[in-house]
Amino acid sequence: MPVLLSEEHQIRQPEDVVLVRQAVRQKAVELGFNLVDQTKLVTAASELARNTLQYGGGGTLRLESLVDGLRRGLRLTFADEGPGIADIEQAMRDGFSTAGGLGLGLSGARRLSNEFHIDSRPGEGTRISITRWR
Amino acid sequence: MLTEIVAHDEAALLQRWIDNQFNASGFRPDRIGRAELQENSTQFLSSFRRALNSGATDIQGADWAGVRHILDGLSSARAEQGFSPTETATFIFSLKQPLFERARALYANDPARLAEATWEISQVLDKLGLYTAEVFQRGREAVIVRQQQEMLELSTPVVTLWDGILALPLIGTLDSARTQVVMESLLQRIVDSGAAIAIIDITGVPTVDTLTAQHLLKTVAAARLMGADCIISGIRPQIAQTIVHLGVELGSVVTKATLADAFSVALHRAGLAVVQKQAARRKPPADPDRESEGNEA
Repeated sequence: MPVLLSEEHQIRQPEDVVLVRQAVRQKAVELGFNLVDQTKLVTAASELARNTLQYGGGGTLRLESLVDGLRRGLRLTFADEGPGIADIEQAMRDGFSTAGGLGLGLSGARRLSNEFHIDSRPGEGTRISITRWR
Repeated sequence: MLTEIVAHDEAALLQRWIDNQFNASGFRPDRIGRAELQENSTQFLSSFRRALNSGATDIQGADWAGVRHILDGLSSARAEQGFSPTETATFIFSLKQPLFERARALYANDPARLAEATWEISQVLDKLGLYTAEVFQRGREAVIVRQQQEMLELSTPVVTLWDGILALPLIGTLDSARTQVVMESLLQRIVDSGAAIAIIDITGVPTVDTLTAQHLLKTVAAARLMGADCIISGIRPQIAQTIVHLGVELGSVVTKATLADAFSVALHRAGLAVVQKQAARRKPPADPDRESEGNEA
């Protein structure tokens, strides 16, 4: 699948979560996503960016614009080198949180996107990518 | 050795340095005059010579306090005048060339001493140049911190819509230190005013994610403990759909699309109603503000 453009953002401090949201919104607008889809992407990005910071100890976001035939899409890949997730199934469950949150971030991000991939091993960090098609 | 280079005909050195600054590519004649530059340079050079005479090499030490003081004043003044850090540091770095020229003239027959002098000059001027950049940056950081604090103040206006009805129009991001401030000021106002209903309007919040939702739910729960009911308003269609997909349960919290809807609910609960003025009174209202007040009572 051809990747048209890609850029990377650092997620190192709480302010970066705000910058990530702005970058994702800008890219989604450029790609012509409607308001609802923009909001879904930005919200999912906000959840995952905060997870990267809070649980992964900081990391990066890669933003990629995709073309698949006539479809255009936006893929967001969050990567960190933190402690990783021991039990992915448990982490994906609604209401599960190790930090007193609502426990809906990961599962919510999956519901807000069309494609969702998670790759994590204890001690090796976590890599989550979501894609939304227009 | 450096002392010797600087002390030898200081007036000529000063003149050479000022000319250098004037001709440097980053110089801004529109922002600083020759007289001010002359004054800065004269002060610095005499202070610099005194510090060198003391023999101390650590520019953070007490003997260099005078030099640092001058650079502090100069850097903050230039930051205000709109200079860039590079342009500010050029003040120091432009002194290198005249000092090098001097060293060459003085130690023309002694390459070893010339090399040593060059190294000494570079070392001390590099430190001082970096020091100006540091001071410059501190000035900028102070501005940022002040702006952040100003934003905290600005962003939490709790307004009284009616006797016993408060509104908190939220604007911007809710996932920082702001939330705590927002929550506290709302709860404090509920205590102060004895309000029974508080409307939290999120029209100005661009993204509602799980953390934002959690903050809102906690605020509503805390207000309820204090005897006040909260209504959340300003939920736009795209936010509503996103909240549903996230799976956030707003539970028993009353939510409305607009602040007007929420206000209407609040008035109803307070036993008030908005009625149209009787049609029989055809006279046009003299004062539109008083008219609307009459309508709501």
